[in-house]
Amino acid sequence: MEWITQPWPWYVAGPLIGLTVPALLILGNKTFGISSSLRHVCAACVPAGIPFFTYNWKKEIWNLLFVVGILIGGVIATNFLANPNEIIIAESTKADLTALGVTDYGNLLPSDIFSWENLFTAKGLLFFVIGGFLVGFGTRYAGGCTSGHAIMGISSLQWQSVVATMFFMIGGFLMTHVMLEPLMKWVGF
Amino acid sequence: MKVAEKITRQDSHCEAPNLRANHDKGVELLKYLILGVLFGIVFVKAEVISWFRIQEMFRLQSFHMYGVIGSAVITGIISIQVIKRFGIKTIHGEAINIPKKEFRKGQVIGGFIFGLGWALTGACPGPLFAQIGSGYTVILVTLFSALAGTWVYGRFADKFPN
Repeated sequence: MEWITQPWPWYVAGPLIGLTVPALLILGNKTFGISSSLRHVCAACVPAGIPFFTYNWKKEIWNLLFVVGILIGGVIATNFLANPNEIIIAESTKADLTALGVTDYGNLLPSDIFSWENLFTAKGLLFFVIGGFLVGFGTRYAGGCTSGHAIMGISSLQWQSVVATMFFMIGGFLMTHVMLEPLMKWVGF
Repeated sequence: MKVAEKITRQDSHCEAPNLRANHDKGVELLKYLILGVLFGIVFVKAEVISWFRIQEMFRLQSFHMYGVIGSAVITGIISIQVIKRFGIKTIHGEAINIPKKEFRKGQVIGGFIFGLGWALTGACPGPLFAQIGSGYTVILVTLFSALAGTWVYGRFADKFPN
C-alpha cells in the first residue's frame, strides 16, 4: 500500500485523467470541461440580466457537483493519502526560482507566495487577484481550459482545441520566461 | 444584444453542455460528485496542483506534466474512437453526442490570456478546487478572482473580437 502515499507517476495519473472523458460521456452524455463551472456560478449568483449568463444553469448542476467533488478529493488525498516526504522538484527549477526569491520548497505550493499574510500585499494582488482574473477571463474567452480544450477537445480530434492549447502554452511560456522576473521584483521578491 | 445572443448560443455549443435528453435529478447526480472526488485525488497524488510542477513544465525542466497531459489525451482519443466504432451508448441507452467546436478568435486571445494566468497561479480551474481542498485556503481568493474574470468576460462578451 506504500504506492498510494507516494506521488503517482504521470503514466498512472494521465490515463486516469483521460478516462474521465469516456466516464462522463457514458454516465450521462456529459462533455468534460471544468471552467464552465465558473460560468454556471456566475449564472446562478449574479446573472444581472447579461445574455451570456441567462440560461438554465440548473441543467448544469452536475458540473458544479463535479468541481465540489474535486475539492473533496483534495481534502481526502491531503489528509489520508498524503506523501510523507517533501515534494521533489527539478534542481534546475529550484535554482531558477531561488534566483527569483522563492525559498520554501517543502510543499506543493511555496508559502512565500501562497499564504494569507500576502493577501493584502502586492504579492497577493499579482498572484491571487490578477492571476485568478486572467484564468477566469481567459478560459471563458477561449471557451474552455485545459480540460475542455486540451483534453476533451483534442481527444475528439478538434483542431480548434489544438489552437487554443498552443496559445495556453505560449501565454505560459511568455509569463514564465519574460514577465515573471520583473513582476516578482515589482511585488517585492 | 443580437451579437451577444449569438455568442451565447455558440458558446453553449462549444462548452461542456448537458446533452442528455432527460436531466439527472437527485441521487442520480451523485455519480458526478463521486467522479469529481476520484479526479481530485488523482490531481493531488500526481502533484498536478503544484505551482512547482507548472513552473517545471513552462521551464521545460521536467517531463511530468507533459506526460500527464499527453497520456490523458491519448487515453481520451482511444476512448472516443472505441465509443464511435462500437456505437457505445450511455448507461441510459442514449447515443453519445460530442459537440463540434467552432473556431473563434477567443481561442487565440483568450487562450493566451489564460496561459499568462496559468503560469502565475500554477493552476487551471480544476486544480484551483483541489488546492483549496488540500488546505491552501487562500486560493479561495484566486477562485473568487477567476469568477470575477468570468463575469467580466460575460458582461462585455459582445465587445471583444470573436
